[in-house]
Amino acid sequence: MRRILVVGASAAGLSAAETLRREGYEGTLTLVGDEPHPPYDRPPLSKQILASEWERDRLTLRSTGELDALELDLRLGTAATGLDLDGRAVLLADGTRVAYDGLIVATGVRPRRLPGDGHAHVLRTLDDALALRDRLGEGRRLVVVGAGFLGAEAAAVARGLGAEVTLLEPAPVPLGHAVGAEVGRVLSAAHLEHGVDLRTGVTVREVTGGGVRLADGELVAGDEVLVAVGSLPNTEWLTGSGLTVGDGLVCDEYCEAVRESPGPTKSPGPTPGGVYAAGDVARWHNPLFGASMRIEHRTNAAEQGMAAARNLLHPQARKPFAPVPYFWSDQYGMKVQAFGHLRGHDEVTVVEGDLAERRFLVAYRRGDHLTGVLAVGMPPKAIRGWRQAVAVRSTWRDAVPATGVL
Amino acid sequence: MRVELDEPKCVAAGQCVMASPEVFDQRDDDGVAILLEEQPADELLDGVREAVAICPAAAIRLVDQ
Repeated sequence: MRRILVVGASAAGLSAAETLRREGYEGTLTLVGDEPHPPYDRPPLSKQILASEWERDRLTLRSTGELDALELDLRLGTAATGLDLDGRAVLLADGTRVAYDGLIVATGVRPRRLPGDGHAHVLRTLDDALALRDRLGEGRRLVVVGAGFLGAEAAAVARGLGAEVTLLEPAPVPLGHAVGAEVGRVLSAAHLEHGVDLRTGVTVREVTGGGVRLADGELVAGDEVLVAVGSLPNTEWLTGSGLTVGDGLVCDEYCEAVRESPGPTKSPGPTPGGVYAAGDVARWHNPLFGASMRIEHRTNAAEQGMAAARNLLHPQARKPFAPVPYFWSDQYGMKVQAFGHLRGHDEVTVVEGDLAERRFLVAYRRGDHLTGVLAVGMPPKAIRGWRQAVAVRSTWRDAVPATGVL
Repeated sequence: MRVELDEPKCVAAGQCVMASPEVFDQRDDDGVAILLEEQPADELLDGVREAVAICPAAAIRLVDQ
């Protein structure tokens, strides 16, 4: 392989590029990114950057010297617009065509938006975060639509800056579907204690000039609106390419993209040259949980970038990508940490600590297995032990003996 | 080679401890990473490079001294 192209210059793309070099790949390595900035870190955007605790230079993922050492053909500020799968080339917005022998797709996601004429902030890029931070402060009224982790973090930071915050959420309990109602209520209580006007069970119809309009017609007034209602994978440039797209670029357990089936009796076969995907955009089969997943977490971007790069480079020694997903969230001084596959759980049980004291570890059961844990304020050694139990596919009965299903 | 840990950046994920338990640990109270070996032996460097790569806060660097 003499030419490898990585499309997407954020955490996953950078991780893939670095892994290729670390594993001895010496050919041309092109890294394409649609933003003008060199690779930077996103989790602090809704935390330290929004709070003005850090300046932007703290986000840089690698120094200029470290990037230079990778000897990249670096093309920033240029989006990919199309893929010629059989011709093994990617088309860029500036009109160039980049031929490759191997391709890694790491184009990430973009925020979902809401209808309406008013201006609404989103929070995905550095420019988004700086624009919102300029508009926050003492007495400013911020309406946050969506009480997921991103909306919750932004609400917490905005309260810390003295803004008046209304947090709107369609579900009865924020994050209930993701982490369970019990944990969701702990997080809700923190919002209320800190003076956030949390309103659940409300649907926003549109963004107006002075706030947002709810489904029942009520206007919720605000000086600024932040829409944090999830993301859409950036796969439009792959439409019609022959790769399978469906809430992400569909991949097998090796993170190799799956071709569209040419017919009911024909096998699609492997991708020419090898097309792999990593990070927020990749929907792949995680054999550890036997489930199709698309994970928008920072650690997954780095780990999957490494896995995709290794599998592309060593086709005779590919390994399934079977991680224990991990995420964390900082809200009002609470650090929430979770390992595993929490969505779609059948049962949640407190196995250590106490929810009311905000120092606890809860375990998630799906079928007969322990599939995830979430901790707030627990010592790291305790959390690591539970993570290990998830990683080895412990049964619920073995992992949670005191409350195991009988 | 010398390991540098940017402690204020650390998010206490513990990924470094899993990748390289000989070189990293975590504080009990808040989980922030601790550097056990500032100049690890050569046979530990692969684990350290893994830790550098998967640290979700990009808080670890391996530098030529």
